Amino acid sequence: MYGFEAMTFNIHGGYLEAIVRGHRSGLLTTADYNNLCQCETLDDIKMHLSATEYGPYLQNEPSPLHTTTIVEKCTLKLVDDYKHMLCQATEPLSTFLEYITYGHMIDNVVLIVTGTLHERDVQELLEKCHPLGMFDSIATLAVAQNMRELYRLVLVDTPLAPYFSECITSEDLDDMNIEIMRNTLYKAYLEDFYRFCQKLGGATAEIMSDLLAFEADRRAVNITINSIGTELTRDDRRKLYSNFGLFYPYGHEELAVCEDIDQVRAVMEKYPPYQSIFAKLSYGESQMLDKAFYEEEVKRHCLAFEQQFHYAVFFAYMRLREQEIRNLMWISECVAQNQKSRVHDSVVFIF
Amino acid sequence: MDLLRSEPMQLVQLIIPIESAQRSISYLGDLGLFQFKDLNEDKSPFQQTYASQVKRCGEMSRKLRLFKEQMKKANISPSTWSTRDGSIDLEKLEVKLAELEAELIEINSNNEKLQHTYNELIEYKLVLEKVGEFFSSAQISAATRQRELEVQQPSVEGSIDCPLLMEQETTAYPVKQIKLGFITGLVTREKSIPFERILFRATRGNVFLKQAVVEHHVLDPLSGEKVHKNVFIIFYSGERVKSKINKICDAFGANRYPFSDDLSKQFEMMTEVSERVVELKTTIDVGLLHRSNLLQTIGYKFEQWNLLLQKEKSIYHILNMLNINVTKKCLLAEGWCPVFATSQIQKTLMRATMDCNSQVEAIVQVLQTNELPPTYFCTNIFTSSFQEIIDAYGIAKYQEANPGVYTIITFPFLFAVMFGDWGHGICLLLATLYFIINEKKFYCQKLGDILEMVFGGRYIIMMMALFSIYTGLIYNEFFSIPFELFGQSAYGCRDPTCRDATTIGLVKVRDTYPFGVDPKWHGTRSELPFLNSLKMKMSILLGVSQMNLGIILSYYNAKYFENNINIWHQFVPQIIFLNSLFGYLSLLIIVKWCTGSQADLYHVMIYMFLSPTDDLGENQLFVGQKLLQVILLLLALVSVPWMLLPKPFLLKKQHQERHKSQSYSLIYNVDDPLESKSHGIHKNHQEFDFSEVFVHQLIHTIEFVLGAVSNTASYLRLWALSLAHSELSSVFYDKVLLLTWGYNNIIVLIVGIIVFICATVGVLLVMESLSAFLHALRLHWVEFQNKFYEGDGYKFNPFSFTSLNDEDGL
Repeated sequence: MYGFEAMTFNIHGGYLEAIVRGHRSGLLTTADYNNLCQCETLDDIKMHLSATEYGPYLQNEPSPLHTTTIVEKCTLKLVDDYKHMLCQATEPLSTFLEYITYGHMIDNVVLIVTGTLHERDVQELLEKCHPLGMFDSIATLAVAQNMRELYRLVLVDTPLAPYFSECITSEDLDDMNIEIMRNTLYKAYLEDFYRFCQKLGGATAEIMSDLLAFEADRRAVNITINSIGTELTRDDRRKLYSNFGLFYPYGHEELAVCEDIDQVRAVMEKYPPYQSIFAKLSYGESQMLDKAFYEEEVKRHCLAFEQQFHYAVFFAYMRLREQEIRNLMWISECVAQNQKSRVHDSVVFIF
Repeated sequence: MDLLRSEPMQLVQLIIPIESAQRSISYLGDLGLFQFKDLNEDKSPFQQTYASQVKRCGEMSRKLRLFKEQMKKANISPSTWSTRDGSIDLEKLEVKLAELEAELIEINSNNEKLQHTYNELIEYKLVLEKVGEFFSSAQISAATRQRELEVQQPSVEGSIDCPLLMEQETTAYPVKQIKLGFITGLVTREKSIPFERILFRATRGNVFLKQAVVEHHVLDPLSGEKVHKNVFIIFYSGERVKSKINKICDAFGANRYPFSDDLSKQFEMMTEVSERVVELKTTIDVGLLHRSNLLQTIGYKFEQWNLLLQKEKSIYHILNMLNINVTKKCLLAEGWCPVFATSQIQKTLMRATMDCNSQVEAIVQVLQTNELPPTYFCTNIFTSSFQEIIDAYGIAKYQEANPGVYTIITFPFLFAVMFGDWGHGICLLLATLYFIINEKKFYCQKLGDILEMVFGGRYIIMMMALFSIYTGLIYNEFFSIPFELFGQSAYGCRDPTCRDATTIGLVKVRDTYPFGVDPKWHGTRSELPFLNSLKMKMSILLGVSQMNLGIILSYYNAKYFENNINIWHQFVPQIIFLNSLFGYLSLLIIVKWCTGSQADLYHVMIYMFLSPTDDLGENQLFVGQKLLQVILLLLALVSVPWMLLPKPFLLKKQHQERHKSQSYSLIYNVDDPLESKSHGIHKNHQEFDFSEVFVHQLIHTIEFVLGAVSNTASYLRLWALSLAHSELSSVFYDKVLLLTWGYNNIIVLIVGIIVFICATVGVLLVMESLSAFLHALRLHWVEFQNKFYEGDGYKFNPFSFTSLNDEDGL
């Protein structure tokens, strides 16, 4: 139900909403992408980006550029935006903003744990972590040998601690375990975030539940597709699905028994909002599914900006920026490796 | 070169051979009278002709930024007196910058390496000191405890309370020594608590951690930043724990250093480390000296390079705006320039061709266009600030009458009407003269926000001060002290005792006071009614005359643009309407002043509308007034529909006629492609929507009719602010200065004077002048300019290097 947000929202949230909407208008447009796709070298990309909001972050980079530098600097811009907003935010917006980073935190934890499992250098792994998902003792993760230790040593101090309750086992860590842990954590995280948004109420709850439901459903589909042909049992698979979203509960039952991609497709096509995703794909194709999902997600995030006085714009902005950075990474990789014909394969235009 | 109409402009096409293009643009930039049009708007930045050069400039300015940053770190400021030893061209500069950058980076990396080792050694030294301290104190305490234990031991045997286990323990494993390992190092202070916590958790409490605070900052070897650190020592047992601890130390960025518990070894290491520290220190110092020398030499040239680079960059940006010919042999430029500058531009281009030894000359060609040219006023140091007041409202349409000309006098005058005090005027004048005399000095300096504003408006303030001295003399105000400057007061006492000098009992004994207000009015009971009546009437007179000036300017505009409709159906009814009502009021005021009549002007004006045929009675000022009033009223009534109705219909007729004639003429001109194109443009923007025009005219009429009343009333602010100013200053004078004077106490008097000065400066000179300024601004922007000023032009923005120097490009 709608409360009287319009009356009181601006007292605390007005400034930041204005900021985030300003940031949104700084996102690259289709014209920008068209120009970027025509670039011949990374320097051209830098030159083009110097006219955008990334300009100040890239201008002091010496000339032989690397893709990683571009991505790093662009991510820095996102992180700076985020930090600025977090500094200015009051409750409950600050908690909301913190929730946004938990996803990165989970990814970072998994990255480090997998990395140490494969005997990689911790420092090197740390550089690969997403800066939004950093926490104090993240490097200590390397010490842990099993889940229990992982939890007891490090994660108990982090906001992820409550999500861990379901996956504490004394088994030694291996790839499969870690992947299950990631998905269990994600499930717990999404459910928690969903509950939090419901508690906030109003337009935030309405829009965020839509966005999060989409996220949960996408994860469910991905889990299903990735677990086809692995030793993961149906029950285990079922356990990894988040307990909300359009597929919950009946879709989950059907997804749990899927054996190949076309079955997944059949399940999804029962749900009208997801029919359009498959409209462009031919049968048996799963490569382009990611892009189709991303496009749908971007569309939904853009729509979040159509309404005022709610927090979902912050979530949407962060996600859109991340998508933009992914696009930039793809474009610059294509340019750097002279694969310009493939530029359009994975770029998702935002506007 | 006149200020009323903006400079006549023309659209010029330049065809510049490619070999002399850069120099031509550079010379044009020096001249600063040509506004380039961007002919490549649709191209993305890296598709442009000179994209690679722009990129090179960007790269070089990045290097300069690096130098600047390094210089800032080393506390070397680039010298402002740039040595101009010959001009360096861009290629040489690029090579030079690359060399310098490489050198600087090498020196820096060497220094960094040295610094790293140095910092490590310093940390090591700290560890040695602190841990050594800890070990020695632990040894002492252990020794005392041992002794205590030994002392206690015999008595324990006899005691019954003594726990038996303890004895067992002490006796059971007395000799079995567990070899404890230990790790020493440093950890940053804010991380020390989590560090300890994680250690505890990871080893399940099977470690002993001791930390000692390092009082001063320590340079971290890895990041090179100053941080607070703690020295720690961890005792552990077992290899697995050791590897865990090592991992945790890595995770926390804690640097570990070897330490031996052997005292002699400690001492040895200490001396070794100290020696190496001293050695390294000298090496680092030499390195730093070398670096600062290098930076110093960069600093000498920095400004020059920076300027050169910015010029080059702007030239390439301009070059990117030009259209490159298909043959790639010449560049096509389009842009605006004032007509008077044509020959200058030609000469400049010629010079560029000569200097480049180019075979082909640049061609200057004037183009015909329907586009509205930019507005350009040749202002000087004095008029520019007044022009800025107008520009802040809106840039004048091309060749429209410029209110800036009149503003130079009317603005300070209206300000002074509200700020009439010659004492305050002198204060303002002195302050602004300080700025004007030190003009050159202030130009070079960076001023604060507010000071910058005051400095920018120094000539306006000077004029305002002069005018407020003038009006102050008329009002006879000097910090609210009356002066008899122009001879004696006209009034004197009726009888010699004259006890009631401030109220009644004054008679006119001399001729009228020759200039301004008679000083005797000051402090009398009838002072306020007298001044109010004077100032109110004066405000109306000033207002009506300024509004008339505005309407007359609209006539000159219409005449200049040959718009007869505006003259006959806008200017004429407007001036009739305004003058038949408020012009008449002004006339009555003047007649009343001249004749000294007692007529009530409110009454006259109100009953002019309510019952124009009634007899005026005692309010009659002159013969035939009734007839005149009826005629004026009728004129005013007629002029309203006159303003409203004819203009839209005439415009419609005009449009239809033009449209008809155009459809004929088109046939003749079909052969000439250029001609037909220009006609096409012409036809496009001549869509005529009658209802829109009519509604627009309706709004305009209503605004004018209502505005005539409200604008006249608005000019009464002149009276109100002037009253407020004089009352405030008399309050400060009477209630602060005179009151404290009465106490006959020197301290009270000093306090009073300080309060008086603060109040005068803060309230009267700053706040009051600001509010008077704003009100004068409003009277100009709204009441004066809405009568004629369109203000929808755009400013002439020439490509010039002088504007480049102001902003710091980096």
